[in-house]
Amino acid sequence: MEVERIIKERERWESETLRKFLEKKPERKKFMLDFEREIERLYTPEHLKDWDYLEKLGFPGEYPYTRGVYPTMYRGRLWTMRQYAGFGTAEETNKRYKYLLEQGQTGLSVAFDLPTQVGYDSDDPMALGEVGKVGVAIDTIEDMRILFDGIPLNKISTSMTINSTAAILLTMYQIVGEEQGAKSEELRGTIQNDILKEYIARGTYIFPPKPSMRLVADTIIYCAENIPRWNPISISGYHIREAGSTAVQEVAFTLADGIEYVRWITRRGVDVDKFAPRLSFFFASHNNFFEEIAKFRAARRLWARIMKERFHAKNPRSWTLRFHTQTGGSTLTAQQPLNNIIRVTIQALAAVLGGTQSLHTNSYDEALALPTEKSVEIALRTQQIIAYESGVADTIDPLGGSYYVEWLTDVIEEEAMRYIDRIEEMGGMSEAIERGYIQKEIADSAYKIQMEIESGERVVVGVNKFVDKEEEINIEIMKVSEEVAERQIKRLREIKRKRDQKKVEEALDALKRIAEKEEDNKNNVVPYIYRCVKNYATLGEIVASLKEIYGEYRAPTVI
Amino acid sequence: MRRRILIAKVGLDGHDRGAKVVARALKNAGFEVIYTGIRQSPEQVVATAIQEDVSLIGLSCLSGAHIPLFRRVMELLKEKNLDVPVFCGGTIPPSDVPILKKMGIKEVFGPGSSLKEIVEKVKEMIGDDRYSS
Repeated sequence: MEVERIIKERERWESETLRKFLEKKPERKKFMLDFEREIERLYTPEHLKDWDYLEKLGFPGEYPYTRGVYPTMYRGRLWTMRQYAGFGTAEETNKRYKYLLEQGQTGLSVAFDLPTQVGYDSDDPMALGEVGKVGVAIDTIEDMRILFDGIPLNKISTSMTINSTAAILLTMYQIVGEEQGAKSEELRGTIQNDILKEYIARGTYIFPPKPSMRLVADTIIYCAENIPRWNPISISGYHIREAGSTAVQEVAFTLADGIEYVRWITRRGVDVDKFAPRLSFFFASHNNFFEEIAKFRAARRLWARIMKERFHAKNPRSWTLRFHTQTGGSTLTAQQPLNNIIRVTIQALAAVLGGTQSLHTNSYDEALALPTEKSVEIALRTQQIIAYESGVADTIDPLGGSYYVEWLTDVIEEEAMRYIDRIEEMGGMSEAIERGYIQKEIADSAYKIQMEIESGERVVVGVNKFVDKEEEINIEIMKVSEEVAERQIKRLREIKRKRDQKKVEEALDALKRIAEKEEDNKNNVVPYIYRCVKNYATLGEIVASLKEIYGEYRAPTVI
Repeated sequence: MRRRILIAKVGLDGHDRGAKVVARALKNAGFEVIYTGIRQSPEQVVATAIQEDVSLIGLSCLSGAHIPLFRRVMELLKEKNLDVPVFCGGTIPPSDVPILKKMGIKEVFGPGSSLKEIVEKVKEMIGDDRYSS
């Protein structure tokens, strides 16, 4: 057999060629993956001994989708270039969107400020200092109209990073689309709407887990019935990774979240194939090039198996893991910031070779502040160079069949599955989060990574090696002025003065009445949120009404 | 008596990887550390500092709101006559460092700061002989 011949030859090579060489020139170190698995010197067919091409890879656009979710991948259409952007008021962000679209960006991605994400109006004392800082401030439907002014929502797809308040922002978008004359089946985009990872890693939760899960499920079902081409959730590993997890943990915890959502909604008696085709995912891409590529491929295969075998989904579209990628924010350095352009290039390449459906490339200045127009342009150009000059998009899954990449894909799948099984044994993701297990795993991994950086074992160029001692970090920084909040509060107050107060109160009352009723397909809260939004209830008022019913979540602290 | 340190997340941002790593490193260096958890208002942070009788406060913010939020913390500490040294970390551009120092913040640790350096400076700030090297 061929493999036996290869083993024999390998042994010969080791004794005749390798040993002598190593005696004179030893290797630099032991090479390890983040999840404590040693990387071997060389990968050969020996590592893929019982490896069955059709079972492991198959063909693109077919089960188990290892090579990609579409039959032609980037030969048909390139990934969507989608830069996450938003700051200040809706006017300023609208201007940035138009600039990005003029530069050849192909989709929008809205960053909201923190008060919008956690349910406070811009004039709330809790919003102090945060209005317009990490994203655009949205208080009412009027802000949303301005945000998309002159941008045809029937033509462009829009991703919105919004979780606890997702239903509010979604219905605002829907109403603006309707006002522009778009048909509901023309509205395309994604809301993040992934509350589980907020408890784990991102922190913009509002309500306790149970009512939060209800809101997620209500929104997913509402979209399936009303906005059929919308992705009502983006199950996100990005923030888990950024909080310090390994690549394996990122895959495992994300898919375990996915399992929890599917279980929750099917328990409500909804057929899995009614909503699963529109579940979408979001991952990070970090520096370890091959590990990242293998991670994306493993995630795709795992999800296909889970959906087919565990949930018995019949529609092939329910089996596909479609995902957005963002390059790793935590890998950026404040020191020697231009080096970040290179890091982002490597990470973006991994995402493309891993078969991403859309991509955000970080800007080189983001360890220090929000990006400037200039730095964003370079980040977008990075994607365009990969797409149009590098040739990596010319054939499907070009690394498929690489001994190393296939071995890594198998190993990541196996290790992630082990975690998923452990979480299932605990009773599922909600239980594992409640116990603090996931948070602890991530915190441990984050601390370990930091210790490796401290010891120099993990090299970060410009930070713990090749340091420029004379360096003065001196790049142009984007700043959001404090005066943004004043302007935003002025508009909010004006709208509150002009609106029909009676209609607002009626809509909020109706919302509270439905929210009180038990979770059920006939008690969906989203149409009631729609009515509140349409009548100019503010985001803060809608959330405050729901807090009256659901209360607020206080997280245990795990360090 | 072991000196207590409060690590606090001020404002609405949920990025607490740095705060947790620093808290753990200080713990491992022998300090008693209290971590507030995320999404604390300046008022809450100061109330915790008083209640827990801490000797040092470390503030973390990665949302870009550090200037108004940290300023408010410093004002409240003054109002309450609480003379406790404060240091901070987060996504803080170098041009903001003089502004923060002027508010009375002793040390600013930007991205890429090493734990070793933070622990050393904490020992100095806390001004306890047992802790200074």
